[in-house]
Amino acid sequence: MSGIDWTGTLTGLRAAWRREISAYFATPLAYVFVAIFLLVLGVFTWDLSRFFDTGAADLGPFFYWHPWLFMLFMPALAMRLWSEEVNQGTAELILSLPVSLPGLVIGKLLAAWTVAAFALLLTFPWWIAVNILGPADNAAIALTYLMSLIMAGAYLAIGAAVSALTRSAVLAFVSGVLVAFLLTAAGWPIVTGAVAEVLGANAGDAIAQFSFLTHFETAQRGVLELRGVLFFLGFIGLCVALNTLFVSHRRGGAQ
Amino acid sequence: MLDLQNLRKAFGPHLAVADLSFNLGKGEVLGFLGQNGAGKSTTMRMVAGVLEPDAGDAIIAGQSVVTDRRAAQAQIGYLPEGAPLYRDMTPITFLRFMADAHGLTRGDRKNAVERVVADARIANVAGKPISALSKGYRRRVGLAAALIHDPPVLLLDEPTDGLDPIQKRAVRALVARMAPEKAIVISTHTLEEVPAMCSRVIVIDQGHVVADQTPDELSARQPGGLEEAFIALADSREVSA
Repeated sequence: MSGIDWTGTLTGLRAAWRREISAYFATPLAYVFVAIFLLVLGVFTWDLSRFFDTGAADLGPFFYWHPWLFMLFMPALAMRLWSEEVNQGTAELILSLPVSLPGLVIGKLLAAWTVAAFALLLTFPWWIAVNILGPADNAAIALTYLMSLIMAGAYLAIGAAVSALTRSAVLAFVSGVLVAFLLTAAGWPIVTGAVAEVLGANAGDAIAQFSFLTHFETAQRGVLELRGVLFFLGFIGLCVALNTLFVSHRRGGAQ
Repeated sequence: MLDLQNLRKAFGPHLAVADLSFNLGKGEVLGFLGQNGAGKSTTMRMVAGVLEPDAGDAIIAGQSVVTDRRAAQAQIGYLPEGAPLYRDMTPITFLRFMADAHGLTRGDRKNAVERVVADARIANVAGKPISALSKGYRRRVGLAAALIHDPPVLLLDEPTDGLDPIQKRAVRALVARMAPEKAIVISTHTLEEVPAMCSRVIVIDQGHVVADQTPDELSARQPGGLEEAFIALADSREVSA
């Protein structure tokens, strides 16, 4: 066993990140994504959560929507990462490069994550607004932002892995949203309550532990739990491994 | 430079390449011929490390594609069939990406991009989106990408497909310039390219080598020349099958 191929991994990671960042920003894709994300998040926070009616210096109504919006927006951002490679025939080109496959997979994921981070960064007016309303707990807000960014990576990892299974970006998006919905809704009180009623309280709790919603709710209270961070990072690792497996399967002749 | 050892690949019940073996030395330009579905592209993909062989190996400049794929791939410049490219990029940004992927340093990257842009004669379109380029220019960008790391072995799958006569002549001249220092495999079903570019011809059918000769020797097999010889080889396999 030769162990991890660090040189090949880093070379692939850097090349793939640059390529994908160029693809996002050379076309209207990233700009449209960021604009729509900010608009929808703004409307939900302002209108549905009645942010300014609460009168509290708290970003809870703003963070509340993150898992639900990420569930839709992150698969959209990741849907073409691998499906388009297969569709345009460039998968053959990148598989012929002397780089390690995990490097390419991680590089593509990091590029999408960079765009998501850019979108989150542009929500700073909400942070300023809450400080105008009154004395805000900025440390807690920063921690929640950090957890939101990590959670965005987990949603993107789902979208990227699913996109390696198909040549259709639309199918990748729909499948990605479906998987993301299951992992979000598993922590929804309506779902956990129903499961607890049918299978018992322990089953409801057990299912909730697999939900992004559950682990993000702790962060929304301003508490950064190591368990939650490990859950999301572990999930990203699992998706990267599956993504690598799905792409490497093509070397065996899958079309 | 290139040593194929009993390469074999099947897709389900269909045997695409059957125990294919040959070797190629520096300075040789091999015309790799066969009918559609004969196994040419599958062989090229296995040598390029895109497909895993079911059995056998390809040794490229001393590196095994089976046991050390990355080292073997670093020795190859590969132009896939259809020259797939990222259409949202320009030739320059695409070539930089390819240089990055081959681990070239910033300084080497600049020199390499300038060299291949000149070699492939794409300077006049280097800043345009690839999506706006003609098929011929796209193929030349793909060829430039295959040369970016100056590999000792080149695998070119239909390199002149879709090119006009002037562009074909430019590709032939480029291959002739590179030939003394490299081993080059050109997969094609355009027979006119063979005597113009190749010093040796291998014809495969149903994954087997059915001829391995110089273009002149192969042409001499039939009074009608290369085309008749190729058809006769294909017919004989069909009859024996």
